Amino acid sequence: MSGFLKNVNQEKVVFLLFIVIFILFSVLLPGFLNANNLVLLMQGVSVLGILGAGMCVVVIGRGIDLSMVATMAISVAWALQLNGEGMSLPLALAIGVGVALFVGLANGLLIAYAEIPPLFATLATSACVYGFGRFFLIHTDLVYVTPGVGMLVELGQGRVLSIPMPVIVFAAIAAIVGAILHFTKFGRFTYAVGDNYGTARVTGISVRHVLVGQYVLTSLVAFVAGLTQAMAISSMNTRISDTLLIYDVILVVVLGGVGLSGGRGGIRNVVVGTLLIGTFLNGMTIMDVQYTMQNAIKAAILLAAIMIDTIINPRDEQTSQHGDI
Amino acid sequence: MAVMVDTNITSNSSLSRAREAPSGNVSDALVRFRHRWIPTHIVGELLSKSWIDNIVPAVILALIVIIFGSIVPNFFLPANVSDGTRQIGEFGFVVIGMMIVVVGGGIDLSVGSNFALGNLLALALTNMYDMPVAVVFIAVVATCSFIGLINGVLVGVFKLRAFLTTLVMLIGLRALVDSLLLVYALDISAGFYDNAIWDFAGAGDVFGIPISFVLFVVAAILMHIVISRTRLGWHIMAVGGSRRSAHNAGIAVRWTVCLTYVLSGAFCGISAFFYAARLGNGGSYPGVGLEVFALTAVIVGGISLGGGRGSVAKAVIGAMIVQIINLGVVQLGLQSGAGQLVLGLILLAAIGFDVRWVKNRDKILSRVYMSPTYFALPASPVTEAGSGSPFAANDRLGKVEVHGLGQLDGPEDVIFDSAGNLYCGDRLGNIMRLEGPDYKDASVFTHIGGHPLGMAIDREDNIVVCVGGMGLYRVRQDASVEKLTDETNRSLFSIIDDSRLRLTDDCDIAPDGRVFFSEATTRFDMASWPSDALESRPSGRIVCYDPNKKTTRTVARNLTFPNGITLSHNAQSILFAESWACRISRYWFEGPKAGTIEHVIENLPGYPDNINRASDGSYWLALMGMRSPALDLALRMPGFRRRMSQEVSIDEWLYPNINTGCILRFNEKGDVLESLWDKTGANHPMITSMREHKGRLYIGGIFNNRIGSVALDGADKNWTGPSSYWGRT
Repeated sequence: MSGFLKNVNQEKVVFLLFIVIFILFSVLLPGFLNANNLVLLMQGVSVLGILGAGMCVVVIGRGIDLSMVATMAISVAWALQLNGEGMSLPLALAIGVGVALFVGLANGLLIAYAEIPPLFATLATSACVYGFGRFFLIHTDLVYVTPGVGMLVELGQGRVLSIPMPVIVFAAIAAIVGAILHFTKFGRFTYAVGDNYGTARVTGISVRHVLVGQYVLTSLVAFVAGLTQAMAISSMNTRISDTLLIYDVILVVVLGGVGLSGGRGGIRNVVVGTLLIGTFLNGMTIMDVQYTMQNAIKAAILLAAIMIDTIINPRDEQTSQHGDI
Repeated sequence: MAVMVDTNITSNSSLSRAREAPSGNVSDALVRFRHRWIPTHIVGELLSKSWIDNIVPAVILALIVIIFGSIVPNFFLPANVSDGTRQIGEFGFVVIGMMIVVVGGGIDLSVGSNFALGNLLALALTNMYDMPVAVVFIAVVATCSFIGLINGVLVGVFKLRAFLTTLVMLIGLRALVDSLLLVYALDISAGFYDNAIWDFAGAGDVFGIPISFVLFVVAAILMHIVISRTRLGWHIMAVGGSRRSAHNAGIAVRWTVCLTYVLSGAFCGISAFFYAARLGNGGSYPGVGLEVFALTAVIVGGISLGGGRGSVAKAVIGAMIVQIINLGVVQLGLQSGAGQLVLGLILLAAIGFDVRWVKNRDKILSRVYMSPTYFALPASPVTEAGSGSPFAANDRLGKVEVHGLGQLDGPEDVIFDSAGNLYCGDRLGNIMRLEGPDYKDASVFTHIGGHPLGMAIDREDNIVVCVGGMGLYRVRQDASVEKLTDETNRSLFSIIDDSRLRLTDDCDIAPDGRVFFSEATTRFDMASWPSDALESRPSGRIVCYDPNKKTTRTVARNLTFPNGITLSHNAQSILFAESWACRISRYWFEGPKAGTIEHVIENLPGYPDNINRASDGSYWLALMGMRSPALDLALRMPGFRRRMSQEVSIDEWLYPNINTGCILRFNEKGDVLESLWDKTGANHPMITSMREHKGRLYIGGIFNNRIGSVALDGADKNWTGPSSYWGRT
C-alpha cells in the first residue's frame, strides 16, 4: 500500500475513483449490479472507448486529432450511402477505409511536414472533411443502414457468449492498439517522439514518418468506431461531428491519465477512463438525471481529474515548454 | 548618394584629384543610376518591421472581399453591408478577447458557452425583470468576467492546462445554459422589453455605422494601446513569448495569465449583450461553435498559437475574414457543409503560411536586408616607403613604449584629464585608468557595461564617452556614471525607427558645452560593422546633445560611417572622419557657413578613425586600416557584393582590413603633413586613436591589448588636451 501511495498517479486515482463509485452505485442503486446492466454499461461506452483508443495514439505522440468524429461520420456515411445505392459491400467499405486513410494521411502530412500545430491542423481538416463530405458526397444528414450490409450488422447488434459485439470490438481494438504501442518499433518510437521530439529526431528516428503513421492509425480506428456505431443504431448521422462527442473522447483519454504533453500513458489508461465514464453515465441514467446535468457532472469529473493531475505533477516554470497549452 | 545634406558642399582638399567617374562606360552608368535612384534597401527595412506580419492577413482579407463581392449577389448592398458590419462588431469583441488569451500563451475554448450564458442573462434581465439597460450591461459583463476569472484562477493561478480547463468550462457552462433554458425559455420569449436604449444597442446607427461596430472600433483602439503601449500589455506579451523568462524577470506570471482570461470573459459579455439586443433569441444555438470561429479568426489573422506574437490589428482582420466568409456563404444559400469547407480550407492555408512565415522570416530578412550600393573611389594614393608621398610608410612607431600590456582589452580611444591621468575603454565595459607619469599599470576606474569608444573631457574634467550600443554617457571624477542621452529625434521619412542610438562612436565638446557625436550607422548594430562596410551606404549621422536644454538633435544625416570627431582649433566647426568614404569632412556649427558640410581631405589611402588636436594647430588622424584594390573594385560592383553576402559565409567576406594602419597629421586646409607607421608590425600596427600629451603621442587600438606612446620631436612639452580646450593646465 505504501508503494501504491508513493507512486500515486492519475491512472491509479481514477481507477480508485471508479472502484469507489462502482461500489457506491452497487449498494445504493437498485438494478445497477446485475449482469444485464453491466453489459449495457459497457455497450454504452464501447464506441467512445474505441475512439479513445485511437485518440490515445496521437496524444501519446504529443498531438491531438480533433477530426476523428468528422472522419468517422463522413467515411462511414459515404460507405453506407454507396452501399445503399447498390455498390458491393467490400468495395463500399474499401472506399470508406480509403477516405479515413486519406484524412489520416492529410493530417499527418500537415502536422509532420507542414509543421502546423496538431490542434489547428485537425481542427481545420475536421471542418474540411465534414464540409466536403456533406457538400459533395452525402445527400442527407442521416444515412440509414440498408439490408445490403448483410452480416455486417452483427458488428453492432450481435452477441458472442452474450457479450455485445461493440464491447468485443472495443476489446479487440484496445488489444491491437496496446500491442502496437507496446511491442512494435512504431509504438516505441511514438512514445519517444511524444516525450521529446527533438531528442527523438537527433537519435535518428524518422520522426515525420512516425507522426504520419500515428494519424493514419487514429483515422482507421475512427472508421472502425463509426462502423460499429452505425451498425448498432442502424444509421450514421453526419451531424454527430457538430456535437461535443470529440470532447468526450479527449475526456476519456485524459481522464485515464494519458498526459496531453505526450509520451505518457497507454491503452490501460483509456480503458480505465472509459470504465469510469461508463459507470457514471449508467448510474445517472438509472437515477434519471437529465442529459444536460450529466454533461455538467462529466465536466466536474474531468476538472477534478485535471486538478489532481496538476497537484501530483505540478507544472514547473523552469521546464515547461513554449506553446504547451 | 554621396554626401547629402540639405546644404551645398564644397571641396577644398589639396589632395582631391579630379573626381571623374572611373571608367565611364554605359553599364557602369546604369549600375550607378540603379543604385542611386532605386532604393532597394527599403525592402529589407520594411521586412524588419513588426507590422509587416499584417500584410498576409490583409491580403487574404482583400481577396475574400473581392471574391465574395464578385460571386455573391448584392454583397455590397447597403443593407447587407450594415448588417455585416454589425455582426463583425459583435464577433470582433470575442476575437479580441481570444487574441489576448492566445498572446498570453493560453487558449480560451469556453467563449462559446460563456457567450450563450451572457445572452441568456441579458434576455432574462430585460424580458423577465425589466431592469435598466445599464444594469443589464454591467450584470452581463460582470457575470461573463466572473466566468473568465474562474478560468483565470484555474489556468493562471493553479496552472491547470488551458486547453482542457476551458474545454471543461465549455461543456459545463453549456450544460448549465441548457438547464436554465429548460426552465426559463418560455418566460423569456413571453416577456417584452420596451426600451429605446436597448433597441438602439441592437439596431441603432451612429452616422450610418452600426453602434456595435463603432464600439468595437473604439475597443480595438483602446486594446491596441493597452497591448502595445502599457505595462500590462508588455507583461502579457512577455509571459506569452517566454513564460520562463517572464517568471525569472519577476513578472507575476500567474496573475497576468489570470487577467487575460478575465478580459476574454468581459469581451464575451459585451458581445453577448449586443447579440441579445439585436436578436432577442434565447434558443439553444447562440454561441455554438463560437470558440472555433474565434480561434479561426485569431489564427487566420496571423497570431501565433503559443503566445507572444500578435496584435489587435491582426485580430480585427481575422475577425473580418471569418465573418465575411460566414455571411457570404449564407447569402449564397449554399448547402450545409460548404461554409465549413471554405472556412477549414482557409484556416489550413492561413496557418500553413503563418508557420512557414514565422520560420523563414529571419532567413529572408538576413538575405535581403544587406543592400550594397555603388561607391567609386579614385585610385589610392601611393604609400610606398621612400616614394616622397606624405603617406609614405616609415618606421617611426617601431619603437613605441608600451603601457598596460595585457591589462587592457580593446582601448578604442585614449584621453587625459587635467591632472594628467590616462583613461581608455575596454571590451569588458570598463573605463580603465593609468596614472602618470609613466602610465605602467591600468586599474578599473568604473564600469559602464557597453564597450566605451570615443571620449572627450568636459569643462569640469568629467569624461564624456560614447558607448557602443548604449549611447552617450558621462563619467564624473568620482567614478559615477550617468546617461546623457540614448535617443534622438526620429527622422520624418525613415522606415526603420532611427530614434535609438545604435552605434555612437566618437564625440567632442564645443565651448558652450554642446556635445557633438557621431553615430556610425543607423542600419546595423555594432557587431555588424562589416555589413555596413560592405554596403557602403551612407546611413550614419552627426548628433548634437545640448546639456543646457537637455535636448538631442540630429544635425547631419546620410554620412558614410562617420567615426572620429574633433573640434577645430577655432571652435567653430567639427572635423569628422567618414570611414568607408575615406575622407575627412567639416561641419560648421557656427560662423558664416553654419550648417554646411565641406570635404577637407578626400581619397585617403586608408579608413580614417579618430581625429584629435595636435599641439601646433594641426590635427592627428588615425587610419585604422589601409585600402585594398580588390575591395575598391568591389565597391563599384554592388551586385557582386550582394551575391557575396548571400552566398558566402560572413567569415569569408571581402571587407576592410583593419590590421595595419598608421597615424597622419594634417592641417586646417587638409594638407597631410607627415605619417607615422610601424613597419615591423609587432609593436603597434593597429591604430584607432591617438592623443598628444606633453610632447608624447599616446596610441589606442580597438583590437589591442596595450597602449603605445612615442616621443614627438619638437612638440610643445607643456601642451595638453584639457589646456587646449578649456584653457587650464
